[in-house]
Amino acid sequence: MKFVTVAGPPSSGKTAVLIHTIRHLLKDGIKVVVGKIDCLGTNDGEKYQKLGIPVIVGLSGDICPDHFYVPNLEVIFNWAKEKSAQITILETAGLCHRCAPAIKGCLAISVVDNLSNIDIPQKIGPMLSTADIVVITKGDIVSQAEREVYRRKMEMVNPGAEILEVNGLTGKGSLLLKTSLMQAPEVDTITGRELRSSMPACVCSYCTGEKRIGKSFQLGYIRKIEATETEGGRG
Amino acid sequence: MGKDIRKITIIGGTTKSGGKEAIEKTEIYKGDIITLVGPTGSGKSELLSDIEQLARGDTPSNRAVILNDGELNRWERQMVAQLSQAMNFVLDMPVEDFLELHASSRGISSNPIIEEVIGLTNRLSGEPIGARDNITSLSGGQSRALMIADIAVISDAPVVLIDEIENAGINRLMALEILSAKGKIVIVASHDPLIILMAQKRIVMHNGGMFKVLERNKQEEEILKELIAMDDELSVLRDRLRMGDFARGGGMLLMNKSGSVEEKKEESSNFEII
Repeated sequence: MKFVTVAGPPSSGKTAVLIHTIRHLLKDGIKVVVGKIDCLGTNDGEKYQKLGIPVIVGLSGDICPDHFYVPNLEVIFNWAKEKSAQITILETAGLCHRCAPAIKGCLAISVVDNLSNIDIPQKIGPMLSTADIVVITKGDIVSQAEREVYRRKMEMVNPGAEILEVNGLTGKGSLLLKTSLMQAPEVDTITGRELRSSMPACVCSYCTGEKRIGKSFQLGYIRKIEATETEGGRG
Repeated sequence: MGKDIRKITIIGGTTKSGGKEAIEKTEIYKGDIITLVGPTGSGKSELLSDIEQLARGDTPSNRAVILNDGELNRWERQMVAQLSQAMNFVLDMPVEDFLELHASSRGISSNPIIEEVIGLTNRLSGEPIGARDNITSLSGGQSRALMIADIAVISDAPVVLIDEIENAGINRLMALEILSAKGKIVIVASHDPLIILMAQKRIVMHNGGMFKVLERNKQEEEILKELIAMDDELSVLRDRLRMGDFARGGGMLLMNKSGSVEEKKEESSNFEII
C-alpha cells in the first residue's frame, strides 16, 4: 500500500486538488481511501465520500492537532489495510504551521497557493522543506512573473522537491500529480517509522483547559518573549 | 533557458459528444502566432490546457501533444508562459523591485532588463508607468502591458498561451508582434477579429473538438489592414474622449451614420457623436 500525507495552509486547495487527482486514480481502477485530520469540524469527509471511496475523519478537538495526528497514524493505516486500499491519502488540515506531517519512507505532499505571502517558506518552514512534492495552486489568477517568482522561492527552500502547478477548480495539472502519486513507495507498516520533522512541545496548564490569564496560572512548559525590541526573528 | 522548442504537434482526440475530432493532426512552429476561435464552450480553453499539460491521451479530450519530434516528453521548468484576463498582480511592491525580484529569480542581472521591460510596457500601454509605481495600483491596461513585456523579456518561455487579450488601452497587435519576434510560439484564444486575423493560421473549435484549420487568405489580409486602420482611429478617438476633449471638433474623427469612422470636415448633419 502507498501511504501519502498531504499538508498545507488553510484554503490552499488541498481537498480540491486531491479530489481531481483521486478521480484520475479511480478511472485507472486504483483502490483509494482517504483519511482527514482536522481540528474542529469539516465537510471534507462528505466531499470525498461523493467519490464513492472509504473515508475516515479524525477531529482533534481540544488536543493539539499535531499531537493528535501521530498517535492516530496506526489507526488510519490499519483501517486502510482492512479496506484493502492500494493508496491511502491522509489530508492533515489541522496542523499548525510549525509542524510537518511528513513521514520517512512515505510520499509527502505540501499544497500552497500563489496568493499567500511571498515569505510563506519562512512561515511554514518544515511543512515545505520536508515535502517530496510541492503543489502550487491558484496560478490562474496571478501573473506569470509571480508564478515564476513563487516557484523559485519554493525551489530555494526545497531544492529536491518536484514542483507541480495544479488548478483546484478545473483540475488542470492534477494528471501530473496522479502520475507522481503512482510512483510513491510501497509501505508494509507504519509502526516504527519516523517523522521527518519533530513536533513542538506542548505540555502546559492551557493544554488541560486553563483559561485564566496570568503568571500564577501558568504551569508546565512555558516560554516568554524577551521584552526587548528586536528586528523580527523567531519566537 | 531549457531546450529549444521548434515544433508542437497536436494529435486530434475526441469531441464533447465522443466522436473523432475533424482535425487529426496539426503542427505549430517556432515564431508562429496561432489563434483559437469558436463560441464560448467550444473547447478553446481546454485545448490550451492540453498544450500546457502535454496531454498524452489522458485528458478528457483524449488528445496528444508532442514537442519537437517527441524527444521531450515533459515541459522543462518555465517553458510555458500564460496570460489571461483573470490574472492580476498580487504582490504589493514597486514595479522596479518586482522586476528585479523576477529577474533575480531567473538568475538574470537586472538593471538593463528592468529598463527594457518598462520601456516596452510604455510602448504597449497608452498611459505610461513609472519605476516606482506600485504594481497592484496599475490600471488594467497597464498591468496587462507589464505582464506581456515581462513575459517577452524576463520569462523567456518559448511558448506563450494567451486566453484573450482584452482591449483595455493596450496595443494588442504590437504585443503579439513583440512575442512572436522573440521567436516564441504564441497561441491565443480570442473572439476579437483583429487578433484572429493577425494570425496566419487559426484553429476553429466546435463542440470541444478541432473542427477546421484555416490559413488567412488574401482577402482577409486586406480586411486586416482595414481593421488596423479602424483600430488606430478608434484609439485616437478614445484618447480624445478620455483626455476630456469633445469628440466633435476641427479635423477630428467621427462615426458616420453608416457606422464607419471618418474625418469630419465641416458642420454636417451626416455625423453623430459616438
